[in-house]
Amino acid sequence: MSDITYGQVATFNTHPEAAIPSESPLSVAFNQISVSTPAPAVNHASGVRLEEKAFLGHLILRGGAIVLDEAVRKVLGISLPLGLALDESGERSVQWLSPDEWLVIVPGGEEFEVEQRLRDALGDAHYAIVDASGGQTLVSLEGEKARELLMKSTSYDVHPSNFPVGKAVSVVFAKSSLILRRPAEDRYELVLRRSFADYLYRWILDAGAEYGIGVQR
Amino acid sequence: MFYIHCPYCDEYRDEEEFHPKGQAHIARPEDPETCSDEEWGDYLFFRDNPRGIHHELWVHAIGCRKFFNITRNSASYEILETYRMGERPRFSAEHPQGESAEHGAAVNVADEAGRVADQEGVRA
Ligand SMILES: [Zn+2]
Repeated sequence: MSDITYGQVATFNTHPEAAIPSESPLSVAFNQISVSTPAPAVNHASGVRLEEKAFLGHLILRGGAIVLDEAVRKVLGISLPLGLALDESGERSVQWLSPDEWLVIVPGGEEFEVEQRLRDALGDAHYAIVDASGGQTLVSLEGEKARELLMKSTSYDVHPSNFPVGKAVSVVFAKSSLILRRPAEDRYELVLRRSFADYLYRWILDAGAEYGIGVQR
Repeated sequence: MFYIHCPYCDEYRDEEEFHPKGQAHIARPEDPETCSDEEWGDYLFFRDNPRGIHHELWVHAIGCRKFFNITRNSASYEILETYRMGERPRFSAEHPQGESAEHGAAVNVADEAGRVADQEGVRA
């Protein structure tokens, strides 16, 4: 798809078709750990399973809730949530970040088209869309000990009574910060900033060691 | 360790997620070109430091990253309330037991509608 200018905003595809090598924010950690201490593999005893969902499309939407809701429903078929909402396939999500800010995550490669369709739908409204795909990555934590790992790492109350399915928050985590979300009963998702990803990944492996954490590659 | 209620996230969150940003409700002189040096200096540099009830600006730095107000007792550290930008406090040095909710709401609508509109300017 070609680049298009909307009013004063020039857009461009950050994920062009030309074969430019890309590395996830965790590639250094994966490779270095494989040299010194190998990333533990998943086995039947793993109380926590970690899997990076690399190279997804992350878009930050800013603007008024009413106009954004209309556009997001039209383009993604999801109503703007106060927590976390997923489409039927579970592959596309919209998350509340603040009263005028939402995070949209779509399968890698869809983000530029989704951005353009949102811009078409939003027209002259006062809004901003920023493609943050290269700046963060999504990590999924599953397993019966996943919640205990979170309890060791964040002061946020992750008990099901306070953190049910569909909730999403930005919190302090291991003296750093990340977005914590719960898309399903048995699964948590962490959105890590690129600059913190390496540190947080190593923290999670360390915190998960006692639960036999395994890394799905 | 405090739990502080963020009026935008609408839940109590860990103190670590917040930063204080000084005294609240500091009004910029309407016309900086014509105000005196003393007025401008007061606006820029001079802050109250009361013992007792004080209104402060805080930011939920790691959560929603919105600024909001806290009414706090600087002697006991008790937090009496948190409220959004553009809203009026219920508790103050004049009303340490709190004004009735109706009074606060009425003042809010009459005086603050313009400021709310400015601060929430992104709303379509
Ligand atoms: Zn907040």
